[in-house]
Amino acid sequence: MHELGVVFHVIKSVNRIAAENGVAHVRAVTVELGEVSAVLPDYLLDCWRWAVSKETVMKDAELILEKIPAVTLCEACGKTYPTVEHGKICPHCGSDRTVLLRGNEFILKNIVADDGDDTEPSQDE
Amino acid sequence: MENIRIIEIKQSVFADNDRDADRLRDTLREEGVFLLNLMSSPGSGKTTFLTALIPLLAKKYRIGVMEADIDGDVDAKTVAERTGAKTVQLHTGGMCHLDADMTRQGLRELGTEGLDLVILENVGNLVCPAEFDTGAVKCAMLLSVPEGDDKPLKYPLIFRVSDAVVISKTDTMPAFDFDLEKCRENIKMRNPDAKIFPVAAKKNGDGVGAFADWLSAEIDAWKNSKK
Repeated sequence: MHELGVVFHVIKSVNRIAAENGVAHVRAVTVELGEVSAVLPDYLLDCWRWAVSKETVMKDAELILEKIPAVTLCEACGKTYPTVEHGKICPHCGSDRTVLLRGNEFILKNIVADDGDDTEPSQDE
Repeated sequence: MENIRIIEIKQSVFADNDRDADRLRDTLREEGVFLLNLMSSPGSGKTTFLTALIPLLAKKYRIGVMEADIDGDVDAKTVAERTGAKTVQLHTGGMCHLDADMTRQGLRELGTEGLDLVILENVGNLVCPAEFDTGAVKCAMLLSVPEGDDKPLKYPLIFRVSDAVVISKTDTMPAFDFDLEKCRENIKMRNPDAKIFPVAAKKNGDGVGAFADWLSAEIDAWKNSKK
């Protein structure tokens, strides 16, 4: 299961960044995911929920996914087009000399740190 | 009042592993060890290919092999028995790939002292191993004839990251609808620089020698790159 492997990597990175920044609890993690990145959002979210339930600083942190649309450039006519809709053949000129410009990203964008709440009692207790 | 802050990171999820892989490559360069990451789907003939390849290189290089699988030790036993190479079996414990840190641990277990070449037989999988840099100097992959000539279209990334593509089991070509030229085109479309080696390791070792020559040149170049 590919998604589980990448979830473990994200958790490792976030735990390191949290430690470096003295974060008490990670409330949410935002990841930018390319439309054709070979990672399926539904599976990723399932793996995430299971994995963070076993964490401490990241206990039950939310995973927020932001989609990056895939765009392909045609080297023959120089135009761009949406990858998911048209695939590898340029809809403008019919050429197959096309390259993916963006859409396979998997970027750790930010972490929402929650450094304690001093007005309400903790819900864990 | 709640105390919430946002820490901006904006880096690839794979960035940590990529940095770690670069550190491992630096260590290997210092030690004069060449690490080859060999990838493919399960059953493509990696182990058979290695048992044909290693004897061709064993005169010139001292060789170690790391067999990575989810479980079992059949591959490590087979390679050790047939080639006499120093071999360890790595278990990923369910993970679909090895990352740079797991590779480092494997190298430690193998013991790289005195070795010139370490071959990592990665977990059989065309998706995950391609995304994680193991710290290898070069990546090679096997695509077996029964898998079909269209695989470069379906799994583009692994073909993009492989320096060499071995097309294995070419002796079975009459039984399958496999077009070698079409396959070459499909690979070149993903990776114009890939070296392509059709082999029939089981039948007569056809083509294994050409791969051994390529690898040998790469190993010598790596050893000479040490500062």
